[in-house]
Amino acid sequence: MSAALAGTRVVELGGYAAGPVVGKYLANYGADVIRIESRRRLDGFRTHYPPFKDNQPGIERAGIFNYFNDGKRSITLNLKTERGLELARQLVKHSDVVVENFTPGTMQRLGLGYSRLAAANPSLVMLSTCNQGQTGPRATQPGFGSQLTSLSGFTHLLGEPEGTPALLYGPYIDYIAVGYGTIAVLAGLVQRRRTGRGVYIDLSQYEAGLQFLAPVMLDYFVNGRVASRQGNRHPSAVPHGVYPCRGEERWCALSVWNDDEWSRFVQALGSPAWARDPRFGSILGRKQYEAEIDVCVAEWTCQHERDDVVAVLRERGLRAAAVSSMADLFADPQLQRYAWRPVEHPVLGKVHVQAPPFLLRETPPAVRRPAPMLGEHTREVLTELLGVDDAEIAALERDGVLD
Amino acid sequence: MSLLADLRVLDLADGSGSVCGRILADLGADVIKIEPPDGETARREPPFARDVPDANRSLTWFAANVNKRGITLDLASATGRDLFIRLVRTADVVIETPDEHGRLDYDELARANPRVILASLTAYGIDGPLAGCAASDLEITASSGSLWLAGDPGRPPVRTSVPQSPGWTGMYAAAGVLMAVLAREHTGRGQHVDVSAQAGMVTAVSQAPIFWDLLGEEQHRSGPYLVGRSVTGARFRNIWPCRDGYITFALYGGQAGRHTGRALVEWMNEALPDGAPVMLRQLDWDQFDVATAPQYQVDDLEAAIAPFFLSLSKAEFFTGVTARGMLGYPLGTVEDMASDQQLASRGFWQPVQTPWDGELCAAGSFALFDGERPHLLRAAPRVGEHNLDVFGSQLGLGMDEITTLRSAGVV
Repeated sequence: MSAALAGTRVVELGGYAAGPVVGKYLANYGADVIRIESRRRLDGFRTHYPPFKDNQPGIERAGIFNYFNDGKRSITLNLKTERGLELARQLVKHSDVVVENFTPGTMQRLGLGYSRLAAANPSLVMLSTCNQGQTGPRATQPGFGSQLTSLSGFTHLLGEPEGTPALLYGPYIDYIAVGYGTIAVLAGLVQRRRTGRGVYIDLSQYEAGLQFLAPVMLDYFVNGRVASRQGNRHPSAVPHGVYPCRGEERWCALSVWNDDEWSRFVQALGSPAWARDPRFGSILGRKQYEAEIDVCVAEWTCQHERDDVVAVLRERGLRAAAVSSMADLFADPQLQRYAWRPVEHPVLGKVHVQAPPFLLRETPPAVRRPAPMLGEHTREVLTELLGVDDAEIAALERDGVLD
Repeated sequence: MSLLADLRVLDLADGSGSVCGRILADLGADVIKIEPPDGETARREPPFARDVPDANRSLTWFAANVNKRGITLDLASATGRDLFIRLVRTADVVIETPDEHGRLDYDELARANPRVILASLTAYGIDGPLAGCAASDLEITASSGSLWLAGDPGRPPVRTSVPQSPGWTGMYAAAGVLMAVLAREHTGRGQHVDVSAQAGMVTAVSQAPIFWDLLGEEQHRSGPYLVGRSVTGARFRNIWPCRDGYITFALYGGQAGRHTGRALVEWMNEALPDGAPVMLRQLDWDQFDVATAPQYQVDDLEAAIAPFFLSLSKAEFFTGVTARGMLGYPLGTVEDMASDQQLASRGFWQPVQTPWDGELCAAGSFALFDGERPHLLRAAPRVGEHNLDVFGSQLGLGMDEITTLRSAGVV
């Protein structure tokens, strides 16, 4: 069975997560993804983001670069040279998709704007993904995904009601933009198969992130309510929280949603006297005395092993889960099926990357190779796709075009 | 704007899975929501418009079902099942969120229509020891590692107060559906797309798992501090109190951060009677590297900056960083976003009809395609709103047949 994107070629420019992870998913599903890099301006994920192999920084030692770039080819082109730009344009002419996440305006300045590229390749699908969109008063303000997550309201919604907001780990919103960017590119390809036309996609990570807050935005527009952080509470479930289990940093999450579940929950706890209190007989009563119930539940959970608490509740059809650490994620039998794929990297050794979190059962994703070394495929790509010969490559190297 | 014109989708997803169909509908697919005769359970989820509980006023449900048509059908009855299979023959995609009542049989759908794609959205996937295990947003967040990484040390881990897993799951399911549409060009057949909410949310924890995989190091929640950026294990304050709320700012140097650092010193020099503290003025922002800076240096520098931020309002901070081209933002609330000129200038807020009081502003679709944002063409459907349309015009049933189905409780 051939891969979903067999025969599709993608040119990728940019760095960090928002553009490259889109390219990774396309590569996992069989696209030939060619990443244009340069020694003059390295991807921050190669240089600035731990973890590095043995904690020693180095451009082929970054775990994060490998994690988000498996399956691609890398060529180095110096886009400050006219010949480098010309080679980039020729590559795009032989491609179906361009993904880029430079600061808005950069591609046009380089002469790689959509109109120019599409003039030579009218069916081109191009994704420009950036912090706040290609247009608007703050289009060119620089921004980190981790900080955009705060501008766009997520941080305000995380933490205890009276406490300081807590951070979501990493550039949370970037990965939302990755999902929507992937969708946009695939929809562009679907349209192209039907009409032959390409499309230019202007994706603002800010706007993509707000899709995940659509219900509270509506609550504001309709009811004037400004949503804020509620700890782990939920308006219609009690208990609904995270409780300590036996040992250090062992936590379980559990939630009880109606009277029937509550009676099964009480049984699971061995029907202790406190739980038979008539005040807790209805959801309204449980909501009223939620703090009291939380204390009693925690007294029960902290006497037991985390996994035992989860098992005894799940046996009764209740919702419960261990709060998984990063170590737990790798031991999780579901994630071994649905997430982790081993890959052998020449510097990092045997490590894991994540499969795209949408598994097609007939044409499954594959990890075809580890992330490329910087410029590993420059010669191969220029020869194979653009017919550049050895003498010409030597001249390009000499002139700094392949830096 | 209809990239997905000609794509027909049957959306059986309840609640948490509705986002998938919404995305496809925004992109121009004909998405038909199929609900049980009394409407799906998620219609009962608060908040409600004007806080009046009603099946057509759930805002969470509304947001996830704009741009769809809606019909009712009792899939437990033989007649309902038969009508469903007739619809499957006309469809490209079926979306489901299997529950304790079971899930659709892909082989049965494929016998009716070999080109049909089935997307199953579940908490843990349809295979493995936890297949079929129930979980709400809280447990999915716990299983994915997201919960482990959020909250203050010494307190329980904490989840985002607006459920995030429905967004992640629906989004990745939409990507899976479109990937299967493209695969169908090669294979001529549809296929089963299997989306685990847990695996989807693992992508939200970014590089944290790599520390374990590569170095055997665990990452821990640290409240308002950023971790995972340093080989020395240093943590960086990312959320700072200001005069009327909070702002986000990170000490940074090198190529990405030197301009921000220098601009901050300049700003403090202009704004403060004694100028910026000497320690900040003397810092070499080119060489300062967050990956290698030791904790004591980070703490000292942050202590030198904190009083300045505390003296500013959110608005003053935002004006300052924007004018100076610096990295940093205020912590937004929905109210701040509703008045944000950046969103307004890109036409992000779009009008949409509502069943309760006419037109309303809502978050628009996620991107611009050839400069155009897909429109919110129709309100989320009322229960059974398009029964006549779909059963009549599309399946060719007569009025009397539909009336019979209705009185039998099938639609």
